[in-house]
Amino acid sequence: MARMATRQRVVVSTIGAWFFGFLIFFPILWMVLASFKTELEAFAIPPSFLFFHWTTENYATVQERSDYLLHAMNSIIIAGGSTLIALLIAIPAAWSMAFSPTKRTKDILLWMLSTKMMPPVGVLVPIYLIYKSFGLLDSRIGLVFILCLGNLPIVIWMLFTYFKEIPRDILEAARMDGATIGRELIYVLTPMAIPGLASTMLLNLILAWNEAFWTLNLSTSNAAPLTTFIASYSSPEGLFWAKLSAASTLAIAPILVLGWFSQKQLVRGLTFGAVK
Amino acid sequence: MATRQTQLLARTLLTPAVGLLFIWMIVPLALTIYFSTLHYSLLDPGSESFVGLENFRYFLTDPAFLASLQNTLVLVGSVLALTVLLGIPLALLLDQPVIGLNIVRLMVIAPFFVMPTVSALVWKNLLMHPVSGLFAWIASLFGLTPIDWFTDAPLLAVILIVSWQWLPFATLILLTAMQSLDEEQKEAAEMDGASAVSTFIYITLPHLARPITVVILIETIFLLTVFAEIYVTTGGGPGLSTTNIAFLIYSQALIQYDVGTASAGGLVAVVIANIVAFFLVRIVGRNLEA
Repeated sequence: MARMATRQRVVVSTIGAWFFGFLIFFPILWMVLASFKTELEAFAIPPSFLFFHWTTENYATVQERSDYLLHAMNSIIIAGGSTLIALLIAIPAAWSMAFSPTKRTKDILLWMLSTKMMPPVGVLVPIYLIYKSFGLLDSRIGLVFILCLGNLPIVIWMLFTYFKEIPRDILEAARMDGATIGRELIYVLTPMAIPGLASTMLLNLILAWNEAFWTLNLSTSNAAPLTTFIASYSSPEGLFWAKLSAASTLAIAPILVLGWFSQKQLVRGLTFGAVK
Repeated sequence: MATRQTQLLARTLLTPAVGLLFIWMIVPLALTIYFSTLHYSLLDPGSESFVGLENFRYFLTDPAFLASLQNTLVLVGSVLALTVLLGIPLALLLDQPVIGLNIVRLMVIAPFFVMPTVSALVWKNLLMHPVSGLFAWIASLFGLTPIDWFTDAPLLAVILIVSWQWLPFATLILLTAMQSLDEEQKEAAEMDGASAVSTFIYITLPHLARPITVVILIETIFLLTVFAEIYVTTGGGPGLSTTNIAFLIYSQALIQYDVGTASAGGLVAVVIANIVAFFLVRIVGRNLEA
């Protein structure tokens, strides 16, 4: 009797979960399908779900007409660069707060968190004007810099929570054995910190890749990453659904894969360790 | 000796991060405050003059401000309600024994990784287009008149798009919290004859109180400044019907080039965000001590 009920429960919850999962995922699937249709079929009513003339020509057209690779490269440089620099600044800071905490450590951490709460639009005007006068508008370096600063608090927080979990006894044992701080860092701390570092890097890459306030406002063409590039399809003349879908599929594919690997860290990073 | 050295080292390592964040916070903010007291238009350079609080009076009494404040509140409130109210049952469902759970979970969180410009344009065109969109086709199957989303219900359309993006976030956090709930506690309740409903109300829900608070606060901070979704779909219109505070400030700054008013508006946005941030920082801080 009990086993019957359990089996029934599994069947019901499986059907329910797959149904709603599919429903939520559907817009993405629909977009991917549209990217393999011709423009006419993408508009067609009634829509064809699978039995259409599959073509990859949209992908070729997107590259030819709008230099997709340039924008993809911009995205890689901006997301990758801002993540690397943020890590370089954050690692020493998080290490220091996790292993040599002082009375003020908690206040500093919370203050860092509060800088993330500042709405970007509140400082849009001065940043825009500063960028304009330094010739940083529509430059990769300008975007690297602003995304790095914007995500720095999250990076420090995530690293801090990971470093905190490294047992301090191990460090003390290493110190007793006469390890210097440099050796301690390289031989003891680094191997233990790599998983945390990797997931922090992953989450930050995702956030930077998808950032769409500064990239839209501070870049137009040369430095435009994929967010800005896709936005250019919003103009009526650019209403080519199949091509929009192809460009979008290419833009989200790498990050979707990265994101799926980092689900657990996502929760931790985005809630500043408040939910684990 | 060694400890003093360590402390000095620790401080040195911390300084670049603190210094950068301090500059990042103070310089633009100070400039915003300064600009907000000026009559300053990029269309009319050289005419800057001190006007005191005139920009604030202008921004706060502008009918566009009230309209966009209202839109902001409706947008934030609706998305919060939708994501939390749908996220709880969805997380409950994913907490059940499900065959192929990993794949289902991947499908559920996928929207969160889609860049805002992509999700907004895909929804606007492929799904919500009044003639060729999928929703229009589904409506016609049932003999209904298709909704012209961005003409008749533009704010609702934006709300739906943003909710789709944030539902995975709420679900994932609530699911993580549910999984940390002690199974034994639930089993004990079941042994004592508690129904599934009362187990949920008396055990699961209280356990979820804090994660729900965290979801609400974090989402609020991001939702207060929804921008890209509006930028690529409606451009704030028709009229002001989808202009939120963030978009209003953007249009004053980079479309009308009115630096003074936009700065005053920016400060208003900072104040609103700070009220939310105050509560979030307190909750996170309490967690830090535990």
